Amino acid sequence: MNFEIILHAGIATGSVLLFAAIGEILTERSGILNLGVEGMMLLGAMAGFGTSLATNSAWLGVAVAVLAGGLLSLAHGLVTIHFQADQVVSGLSLTFLGTGLALVLGEGLTGQTPPLLLDYNIPVLQSIPFLGPALFQDHGLLVYAGYLLTPFTWFYIQKTRPGMHLRAVGEKPAAADTLGVNVYGLRYLYVFVGGCLAGLSGALISLSVSPGWYSSQTTSGQGWIAIALVIFAQWNPFRAALGGYLFGMLRRLILDLQGPRLLFGLVNPLYVNSNYSFFLIMTPYILTIIALIFGSRAIAKKRAGSPSALGIPYIRGERGQ
Amino acid sequence: MAETNILPSGHTRIDHLEMLGISKRFPGVLANDQVDFSVTSGEVHALLGENGAGKTTLMKVLYGMYHPDEGRILLNDQEVSIQSPTDAINNGIGMIHQHFMLVKSLTVAENVALGSKSSREPLTDLHKVSQRIIDLGNIYGLEIDPNAYIWQLSVGQQQRVEIIKALYRGAALLILDEPTAVLTPQEVDEFFVIIREMAKDGHALIFISHKLHEVIDISDRVSVLRDGRKVGTYLTADATKGDLARWMVGRDVEFRPEIEVVERGEARLKIKGISCRSDLGTPGLRDVDLEAYSGEILGIAGVSGNGQRELAEVITGLRDATSGRIELDGEDISDLPPIARTDKLLAYIPEERMKDGMIKDFTIAENLILREYHKRPFSKRGMLNLKAIERHSEKLISNFQIKTPSQDTLAKSLSGGNIQKVVVARELSRQPRVIIAAQPTRGLDVGATEYVRERLLEERKSGTAVVLISEDLDEILALADRIAVIYEGQIMGVVQREDATPEKIGLLMAGVKEGAE
Repeated sequence: MNFEIILHAGIATGSVLLFAAIGEILTERSGILNLGVEGMMLLGAMAGFGTSLATNSAWLGVAVAVLAGGLLSLAHGLVTIHFQADQVVSGLSLTFLGTGLALVLGEGLTGQTPPLLLDYNIPVLQSIPFLGPALFQDHGLLVYAGYLLTPFTWFYIQKTRPGMHLRAVGEKPAAADTLGVNVYGLRYLYVFVGGCLAGLSGALISLSVSPGWYSSQTTSGQGWIAIALVIFAQWNPFRAALGGYLFGMLRRLILDLQGPRLLFGLVNPLYVNSNYSFFLIMTPYILTIIALIFGSRAIAKKRAGSPSALGIPYIRGERGQ
Repeated sequence: MAETNILPSGHTRIDHLEMLGISKRFPGVLANDQVDFSVTSGEVHALLGENGAGKTTLMKVLYGMYHPDEGRILLNDQEVSIQSPTDAINNGIGMIHQHFMLVKSLTVAENVALGSKSSREPLTDLHKVSQRIIDLGNIYGLEIDPNAYIWQLSVGQQQRVEIIKALYRGAALLILDEPTAVLTPQEVDEFFVIIREMAKDGHALIFISHKLHEVIDISDRVSVLRDGRKVGTYLTADATKGDLARWMVGRDVEFRPEIEVVERGEARLKIKGISCRSDLGTPGLRDVDLEAYSGEILGIAGVSGNGQRELAEVITGLRDATSGRIELDGEDISDLPPIARTDKLLAYIPEERMKDGMIKDFTIAENLILREYHKRPFSKRGMLNLKAIERHSEKLISNFQIKTPSQDTLAKSLSGGNIQKVVVARELSRQPRVIIAAQPTRGLDVGATEYVRERLLEERKSGTAVVLISEDLDEILALADRIAVIYEGQIMGVVQREDATPEKIGLLMAGVKEGAE
């Protein structure tokens, strides 16, 4: 076990979670809960991988993955915004729909070798002692883009006029509506953007971080971790980044822990029976619950936390909105 | 002063606005039937009517939230089409909604800026907005800190933000939908001063209300709506309170029900040193001592959100007290769960009747046994006795004059007044020892309000202790024998009926103890 390797791997896998979580943060900030992240991610992973194979262009694959995630997400938008159906039910269905589509359309992709996204080093920054090699060497451009996306998203939500409208639509849509803000339009937009980012994170897996198409094992539940991460992060992009990289590192650590026969001089139970590692796989979820418990007190004080209108369809003119 | 059509806010005046023959249908209801309405610059025009008379509907048509089925709107004698709130705003019409349209997690400036383009897109220009808020505040006497978050503000301050929001958008005509419902009497006075100033400056103001004395206080003209039709438009100075009430309800109304003298008996409910936490974990009640006696109505007055809900919930066992003791007829019930307190004949008419008072997807008959479904005769060996339930609900429906197609009708399809009658029937039919009635007449029409009040007075006569928690000061003054005023979870004082004046209670409601001013 080498901390630098764990950090390097954590940054890469963490970026996958980061993109999906930031997408979900934007969607949820507009008041729509989309539990279909896993499905959108898997569809993105398949679409990116397949397109790259067909066109010999990994970047075209990324573009198609983004579009696929966004389009699938719009189905959720139609059901929950236009028809005002239950967001939990629709989101869960979206996971099944996305997973199903990806598995059917991805038939035969396993074992293929399309062009992948290349890794780059960032000059100057890579020579920072210890952190440089882990953060700025041998990562794909999308991982570096993730470093920029976090502060950008925070700035967008907190400091720009469209970001202010986003917050208002998720907190009190009726107030925004009476002032001429297009509540329905904005909610569609952020549902779409959330889907695009989930699709992107899927392509990041299949074309860069752990390349290949392994049917549903490609994403292996990372969409769910991304949703947990949004709650863990209290809808804050910086905390999402921190949590994403942390959960990424945990993923790598779990793999590393299963390797050696002896751990701290004792027989490694994970080596003897790999089923024990399920307990380790639970850690992100347990951490999320712990964060929720400790976070709730801070939320009560600062009135931060989940957007007030999250999960509630907006119906114009209805009482009490 | 020179004749000008520019308002102090810098926007153009609306000299005359007219709504002609407005009709608006909802499924099964004709909410507005050929209503004519007009308002002129410099006037406060009250729109009076009971709940459901169509006041808010008419104004939502004017503000572009509803589209009328028939009718025209003339602005300075020009026909205008108002399809959305944005159109209304662009025509100089602003609306202060009954439920504030403010985003709590945003600042005052952000709320005001919402929906407007910024001068440095895509960034916000909040410093400019803040300056304008301060300027408008100075002109109209509406001081407010633009950087404060809405959740930090009192209800009165939030209302100022709403007015500033409308003025910022150039409102020359302001629709005020029941603006005083949430204010203390002193805040109402301050608010009326602002309204009069605005009228003097040339604004046109529409004041929606069902409170007669406020209409008489503030308005120049009054239009009365009943069942969606306009009864008439009158000069307020020519109308008496009795006239207004008759036009509004369609018959003569008693203002202060005759309160019979009832001998006060033993203390039935004793609350000693009760404290509890609010939902946010902050102190909800602080060391509250109260006693409610047999044959009296104890009124709990206060501005919304000062611990009334917590008080009702602690007494009924729905919220844990952090300290203190509650006694019912001398027996300590502090540690009993809600159902055991119910069994000891503590009745509760909850504030949120649709949410906490009944199960809206259950039938009337089922809702009527919610307190006793687990007992004979309604339940035997774990099976419901449908015959007994049916007999019980037939009896209550006729005794309490509940208007329903049948006892198998779902509760949610009844009107607000009948829903409250179901709750009242369930609670009072058990001959309770103590009744906790939280906002029992809120949102009810005059008829149902009178009904509920009469029932509470009957209970008082029969020796029950009634705790009446109400934000409607008029109701408390009309019914209560003693009035306890709650402020920030503390009882500021208990005033006898004879000594109670709106001014005195109002000061306590604002947290000012006597002699402390």
